Amino acid sequence: MSTNETRLRELLVCGMGGDAAAYHAFLQALSAHLRGFLRGRLTRLPDEVEDLVQETLLAVHNQRHTYDPDQPLTAWVHAIARYKMIDLLRRREGRDALHEPLDEEAAIFAKSDTEAADAQRDLARLLEQLPDRQRLPIVHMKLEGLSVAEAARVTGMTEAAVKVGVHRGLKALAALIRGAA
Amino acid sequence: MKTDQLIDWLTADTAVVAPWVWRMRYALALGAGVIGAVALMLALLGVRPDIADAAQLPMFWVKLAFPLTLAGAAVLAVVRLSLPGVPLGRVPSALAAPVLVMWLLSAVVLSGAAPDERSALLFGETWAECPVYVTILSLPALVALLWVMKTLAPTQPVLAGAAAGLLAGALGATVYALHCPEMDAPFLGAWYLLGMLIPATLGAVAGPRLLRW
Repeated sequence: MSTNETRLRELLVCGMGGDAAAYHAFLQALSAHLRGFLRGRLTRLPDEVEDLVQETLLAVHNQRHTYDPDQPLTAWVHAIARYKMIDLLRRREGRDALHEPLDEEAAIFAKSDTEAADAQRDLARLLEQLPDRQRLPIVHMKLEGLSVAEAARVTGMTEAAVKVGVHRGLKALAALIRGAA
Repeated sequence: MKTDQLIDWLTADTAVVAPWVWRMRYALALGAGVIGAVALMLALLGVRPDIADAAQLPMFWVKLAFPLTLAGAAVLAVVRLSLPGVPLGRVPSALAAPVLVMWLLSAVVLSGAAPDERSALLFGETWAECPVYVTILSLPALVALLWVMKTLAPTQPVLAGAAAGLLAGALGATVYALHCPEMDAPFLGAWYLLGMLIPATLGAVAGPRLLRW
């Protein structure tokens, strides 16, 4: 088992247990691996890579309850990235046929690329379409580095409502991407 | 927007995620599906009046075991197809086994029967209504299972939908068996199977439309 697999899985499991720093580190490392993986696959669509990295990250986050901790993380992440990649290629069908090779799972953590290009799709703009009870907690919680308690004070919402708002808002964001795509 | 900013948003979602929540959801969906099937069976058909006598015969239990073993294998298929990156493994063989056993049994029964009895063994008296009622009884479970599947991440929506439909069909067939008077293997191997394959087809068609994530 690769060291990346072991390290990332540890970070994810800690993160799902409530360790925000570990979760942040997991997402950061994962985004670099996804970028490396997808850049190697989507050679014809270099401008789509960062969008797909973001879409896959959002999917990994929203579907983290489907990860079985006994299962190789490599296989789980690869299946999600592959699903999102096929989804993208299918959306573009007609313009390009599906040429990109979809190779084996191990490749997902083989490369790492921390040089993020700009995404074409602006998630911040999509976020504006969400209702206030979902949008405000997301905006205040992280963009300005506030804690749940502070975000609750700023928005006048309860702490529970802030948490629910963030959670549902991120799901709604993924649905917006699907609809907008 | 920068990917780092998205990562900050995602980190802000501190909802604690219990792995395995989907187990409870599927258990509830199965429970709701069985209750729905029993309610429909009682309302539309009724339990066969001679069920106490029929239960003395081994074939009655074979008739229940056939869809139940298929349901067991279909549960594995539904779960594995709901989670990204979990291979199906031997599930296809487990699904094929009860069907092959039933067909083998049918072949033995048909070859041992007089030629003019064979058609009665295959068609019984209710071949036309059997697949229709199995399908109807499977609908509550089909809806409940697809509902749960939608909260998970099936990467092969056609197969995942088909597995949900097959599981629903197997439950529908099990409940229908409490009403159905037929007791011959050729009948079960043809019409019960067809009754289970109809909801499986419905699931396969609905999958790509309903299960996108």
